[in-house]
Amino acid sequence: MAIQISGMVERRGAGLWLTHLAMIAGVLLIFFPIWLAFVASTVTQPEIVRPPMPLWPGDQFVENYTAALLSGVNVPVAVMLGNSLIMAVGIAVGKIIISLLSAFAIVYFRFPARNLFFWLIFLTLMLPVEVRIVPTYEVIAGFGMLNSYSGLIFPLIASATATFLFRQFFLTVPDELVEAARVDGARPMRFFWDIILPMSRTNIAALFVILFIYGWNQYLWPLLITTDPSMNTIVMGIKQMFPSGDDVANWPVIMATSILAMIPPVVVVISMQKLFIRGLVDSEK
Amino acid sequence: MEKRVTFKGWLLPLCLIAPQVFISAVFFFYPAGQAIWQSLFIPDPFGLSSRFVGLGNFEYLLGDSYYRASFITTAIFSTLVTLAAMIPALFLAVMADRLVKSAGAYRTLLIWPYAVAPAVAGVLWLFMFNTRVGVVAWYLGQLGYDWNHVLNQNEAMGLVVVASAWGRISYNFLFFLAALQAVPRSIIEAAAIDGARFWRRFFTIVLPLLSPTTFFLLVVNIVYAFFETFGVIHTITSGGPQQATTILVYKVFSDGFVGQDLGSSAAQSVILLLVVGLLTVLQFKYIEKRVHY
Repeated sequence: MAIQISGMVERRGAGLWLTHLAMIAGVLLIFFPIWLAFVASTVTQPEIVRPPMPLWPGDQFVENYTAALLSGVNVPVAVMLGNSLIMAVGIAVGKIIISLLSAFAIVYFRFPARNLFFWLIFLTLMLPVEVRIVPTYEVIAGFGMLNSYSGLIFPLIASATATFLFRQFFLTVPDELVEAARVDGARPMRFFWDIILPMSRTNIAALFVILFIYGWNQYLWPLLITTDPSMNTIVMGIKQMFPSGDDVANWPVIMATSILAMIPPVVVVISMQKLFIRGLVDSEK
Repeated sequence: MEKRVTFKGWLLPLCLIAPQVFISAVFFFYPAGQAIWQSLFIPDPFGLSSRFVGLGNFEYLLGDSYYRASFITTAIFSTLVTLAAMIPALFLAVMADRLVKSAGAYRTLLIWPYAVAPAVAGVLWLFMFNTRVGVVAWYLGQLGYDWNHVLNQNEAMGLVVVASAWGRISYNFLFFLAALQAVPRSIIEAAAIDGARFWRRFFTIVLPLLSPTTFFLLVVNIVYAFFETFGVIHTITSGGPQQATTILVYKVFSDGFVGQDLGSSAAQSVILLLVVGLLTVLQFKYIEKRVHY
């Protein structure tokens, strides 16, 4: 009986293959833009500017990627990759540290204005950088932080989402642990280091994946505050590689840069897939 | 929910919360306050002084045909992006859910575009549809269709919509697949015994059970289309042709940084603040609902 029912629910035979076929078609369609970019990064400029370009990789892989990494268009792509790495890691680590500390304070202490601070942090959810660009730019310019890593990192570092995630998690930590710690005479920070931090390891890792991608993929903010090409991040730098006016863009180098720009976040997502999905579903709740 | 057992003292927690409060104050609340303040003034052309105009900037904006057009553009754009990102994702998730054993493998393949930055997605799609070298544009030409998103407003809109929705399909797919896998097998099997075919089961049982996820994704995708697609539009169309793809966030940028019209840009920021506030409240209504389940 059980076998018959599952036969009704799950696909067998021709239906199963049709479903696989539809899935594969979907995957190919979604992959096509990435494939085309990869092909373009392995052929010569004349092959691209005389359409249609080939749909199978050529033999210029090493040449194009070397040209992109070492000379680029305005600035070597290796420099932009370094800037992106510093920015993404800085944002992810910074957000995790300040959120861990503030969530610990909110959950484990009763102090004056606690609720007020909680609501202030909550309100930052409603202030994405896109809606306060001009005044935030003025603040950064006032501090002399244009074209600097701190200017790239600090305005994006306060995150209500991470604070809430840690708060939710701390609330599930059994009270007995705090009681035991107090009986043992442990100071709050001792408790934080020895108990809370090790218990939060998976949450921290999951959040790191999401925040790394968030930081890596920033576009508008670096576009505004890095006027010096040597401070460009790779995601915003690609657009700067297009010539103004009627000149023909250096497509092989631009597409090699695009591929390089997506490798780090894709590697992070694929290699930490389980953690990433868990973090995504948790942080959006 | 609160902790029963806490630590004593108030200086330490204040120090712990200080970094986040400080950064929020300097980079969030002060600029937001500045935006509200500046929206009440018109600076003179030399930027030396500014004149208080009360709600004049808002009155001007609401009467400005370009701003109203940008509102409509944003509405069309975000509706299309949300639909184009959710419907294929739901379809793929339903397919993957039926392939119980290989669902994980397909998930690994489909997760990729999520990691691709919107601005990079913009460059990839621009490359395919470039009027001079784009391979898709070229094949369309062979079929007798003359693609030119640089001049044609509808084609420009279509291109930014597809480029924006592309990476979101992965994101929505993950959520739909997780929700589908959480639908109890027993309900599906009971319906199957009663003779309900696949699509009937899907529309009468599965889809209603997915509604919390669907509602959540609707809000999240609208927020995405409103605020995170700047990179796509800046790389592909720069708001053109004739402002056909100038969504509200793009207009704050182009009026504030390119046009240097600070009063108007600030007033636009304030209007956007209200929009985000509304969407955040919607999102939390959803969470409340889930709590009642």
